[in-house]
Amino acid sequence: MATTTMTGSSTRTTPRRRITKPLAVVGLLALWLVAWTLLRGQDMLELPRATLTDLHHWLNDVNDSVGASRNSNPLFLYFFNEIRAVMDALVTFVQGLIAQPAYGRPVPVLGWLGVVALVSYASWAFGNWRVALLAAGGFTLFGLQGLWQESMDTLALTLVAVFVSLLFGIPLGILAGVSDRFHRLITPVLDLMQTMPTFVYLAPLTLVFLIGPASATIATLIYAMPPAIRITAHGIRSVPAPPVEATDSFGATRRQRLTKALLPLSKRTIVLGVNQTIMAALAMVTVAALIDAPGLGKTVIKALQTTDVGTAFNAGVAIVVMAIVLDRVTTAASIRAEQGGGEANPRIRRLLLAGFGLVAAVCSYLSYTYLWASEFPEGGQLGEYLSQGATTVTTWAQHNLADLTAAVKDGVTIALLNPLEALLAESPWWLMGAVIVLLAALIGNLRAAAVAAVCVGLLVGSGLWNASMVTLAMTLVATLLVVTLGVVIGVWMGRSSRADRVIRPVLDAGQTMPAFVYLIPVVALFSVSRFSAIVAGVVYAAPVAIKLVADGVRAIPESTVEAATAAGSNTWQTITKVQLPMARQSLLLATNQGLIYVLSMVVIGGLVGAGALGYEVVAGFSQGQLYGKGLAAGVAIVVLGIMLDRIARAAAQRSDRAPSANQT
Amino acid sequence: MRSIVNKRVLAGVSLSAVAALTLTACGGDKIESTDAADSGDCSTFTIAINPWVGYEANAAVIAHVAETELGCKVVKKDLKEEIAWQGFGTGQVDAIVENWGHDDLKKKYIEDQQTAVNAGSTGVEGVIGWYVPPWMAEEYPDITDWNNLNKYASLFETTESGGKGQLLDGDPSFVTNDEALVKNLGLDYQVVYAGSEPALIQAFRQAEEKKEPVLGYFYDPQWFLSEIELVKVDLPEYQEGCDADPEKVACDYPVYDLDKIVSKSFADANGPAYQLVDNFNWSNEDQNLVARYIAQDNMSPEEAAEKWVEANQDKVEAWLPQS
Repeated sequence: MATTTMTGSSTRTTPRRRITKPLAVVGLLALWLVAWTLLRGQDMLELPRATLTDLHHWLNDVNDSVGASRNSNPLFLYFFNEIRAVMDALVTFVQGLIAQPAYGRPVPVLGWLGVVALVSYASWAFGNWRVALLAAGGFTLFGLQGLWQESMDTLALTLVAVFVSLLFGIPLGILAGVSDRFHRLITPVLDLMQTMPTFVYLAPLTLVFLIGPASATIATLIYAMPPAIRITAHGIRSVPAPPVEATDSFGATRRQRLTKALLPLSKRTIVLGVNQTIMAALAMVTVAALIDAPGLGKTVIKALQTTDVGTAFNAGVAIVVMAIVLDRVTTAASIRAEQGGGEANPRIRRLLLAGFGLVAAVCSYLSYTYLWASEFPEGGQLGEYLSQGATTVTTWAQHNLADLTAAVKDGVTIALLNPLEALLAESPWWLMGAVIVLLAALIGNLRAAAVAAVCVGLLVGSGLWNASMVTLAMTLVATLLVVTLGVVIGVWMGRSSRADRVIRPVLDAGQTMPAFVYLIPVVALFSVSRFSAIVAGVVYAAPVAIKLVADGVRAIPESTVEAATAAGSNTWQTITKVQLPMARQSLLLATNQGLIYVLSMVVIGGLVGAGALGYEVVAGFSQGQLYGKGLAAGVAIVVLGIMLDRIARAAAQRSDRAPSANQT
Repeated sequence: MRSIVNKRVLAGVSLSAVAALTLTACGGDKIESTDAADSGDCSTFTIAINPWVGYEANAAVIAHVAETELGCKVVKKDLKEEIAWQGFGTGQVDAIVENWGHDDLKKKYIEDQQTAVNAGSTGVEGVIGWYVPPWMAEEYPDITDWNNLNKYASLFETTESGGKGQLLDGDPSFVTNDEALVKNLGLDYQVVYAGSEPALIQAFRQAEEKKEPVLGYFYDPQWFLSEIELVKVDLPEYQEGCDADPEKVACDYPVYDLDKIVSKSFADANGPAYQLVDNFNWSNEDQNLVARYIAQDNMSPEEAAEKWVEANQDKVEAWLPQS
């Protein structure tokens, strides 16, 4: 979080730096290469797999002593146990409503008909007709796939996690919105919550909150709450000044200022925060299944044990559909929150609200009373078709494409990944560290360099410097691929709304399909390799980058593009001379987000042959005596993320200022 | 105007829909509430389900017998080993029904914390080692002797192995001495960590299909071996204590007696479910059969267990509590 106080001084010096900066960067890289050829292989700080540092041992001991004190420590008796009881009760309650037999009944309170009716009604009431139809269709699909109960378990857990996230997230977000100090304080905490791999805290969670719905929900909300806080704060912070000043001039108290001006004006953004919280919660479905969270995640994990790609895919589709339905409904709700529904006649809307409410109530009653409306009718073959289809496609691809994909893998690995890895990981640590810090100073600012220096220190201290550099090499290659895809497909989508309509659902699927579903196909095509890990990262990260670039290109005023065309630019010139430069902000954001998303897949990469930090985290989750090392690896991933993010932001800020400095 | 008309039409449609639904409903079966069934002297019995199919086979059969013969209410919890062991202390797990070694956990939970006890062998023997796909054993018959591995190292080279032969390791849950073995046996190989069992299985499957070389860490019993019969490479024979110092290991992995671990309180209560777990004992063939039902014939674990139990009543009889 760079403050604005530095603007004055750097504006003055910017023109001089702009001339020398590229030269300085090239000079630095050249020096590095020379030093690398001389010093290659020295001080690499490699740590064998089974070796632990003192830090790792100490972390193991801390973990053990927490476990040993759980029956005597008052923190457990009066705090954690209470939280657990409340969470368990909440989840069990919602499960009893829609997913699990409860209250002496062989089925949940609400059957499929009631759930479909209520969800459609709510989608219509808060959103619009189209999303209501989508919701009805999507939820019926779960039944047809033969996954009704699993889907409802997942929905129950997600709802509770989202509810608790919002319960705490929105007030914290408001606080972060009005208080700069709190905002500065909480930002690194949120960074940590979002980038720390879940595998690191799953086992300790079950120690603290025991095995059960509470742990699964808490694991989910650790990841899902940050977007709620961040986006709420952002919403409050971007309320324009005039209306707030107007409220103040009427002598409003602080509370009135909040409830009468800030909150109503940031309503839409806050609803978007709800949307992102739901998406984040759904992203945790499969991982939470590793500690016995009920629902679709279990289906995926079980299918993986027998390498049954089809069944995993079927469950993955249900997760994607649930994400898309919830995303579209909450987006529609945020639009209604801002603009109203646009009804011509409020009286008719009230009538309809009552009428459809009645339909939903009748459906709910039926599903409470009658078996046919409660249990989804059997014989839906759709699930089987889906899984057979997926298996056929995978097998076909593996027979017909594997030679091609293997060539791609070999090409990228030999031409790009291996040299980069050699450069990063085989430089002495002090040389590499110095290069990072100097680079941060050159392309960013002194503040970024200071952050980078601290991060380098932490990476060395984690005992996993070498593994971090191997992971960094993979991350950079993956980010390069992500940005390339982002520019190519993003520009295409930005220029053609038809392309946008066709591609966007595919991107949604890429973002929400659990990585566990495509582990086996990826290995089938690219074998067990670092490149497989890169592919998994790209599948997850490219959609975000593509969407950001597409939105940036679309946001360019049409008149500008028309003017360029009128001046005789051909398509290529329009793209390279007008659209890309004007969407520069989006490109930078896409790069930054692409990088963070790639980093969040490092652990998944560890499951397909990435080795390095990802593997260490997985190993720490699997073997008690490696726990401390896994935790250190998790922290190293967080540190890499923060380091790259802060350098990239500083660089972006600086290049923003450069043109404006010239104008003044 | 048009939208208002549309909505009137829709309102009419929806009201008639209510009427239609209410009418059609009258014929359906009503939901009866169930009385909580009394489950005799065996109450709730919680088995951890560790994530591999062989384990699931053991657990399914025990659960089936506990439910049908003893009237227990069986709860299955899907957990990795570490977390399952943790569950003994918190009273959330009663039994682990296939344990591969884990001397560190035994020390921690059985000796130090005294929250778990050993409930004897499952009768299944676990073998860990290095394997090659069958086509390689046929084409290069002497490859199954470790002494010849260096001769073939170049065959196993990949983009990941840094110019050496690749030795593929899998899920980090399994104990591996492979880095030490490579070093101490002077092999020209590099250990590459696949990181998960599915990735390892996929690598072997593809290697056999396309006749590509692969050398990897694997184990038996495992359902995949009944799909492709991997061939074990003989390392220097295991001698008691030759793996005492993990840095200096230069011998094969021991044969594991796969055992059962239960929570101390579960054992002390000595209920029928505990006695069943304690008595449970079968063979590699039995487990492989049930695992094949699950993994290759796509049966649910419950169906697979039922089928096996029906065909093996005599074995099941021997596990039941003597009262």
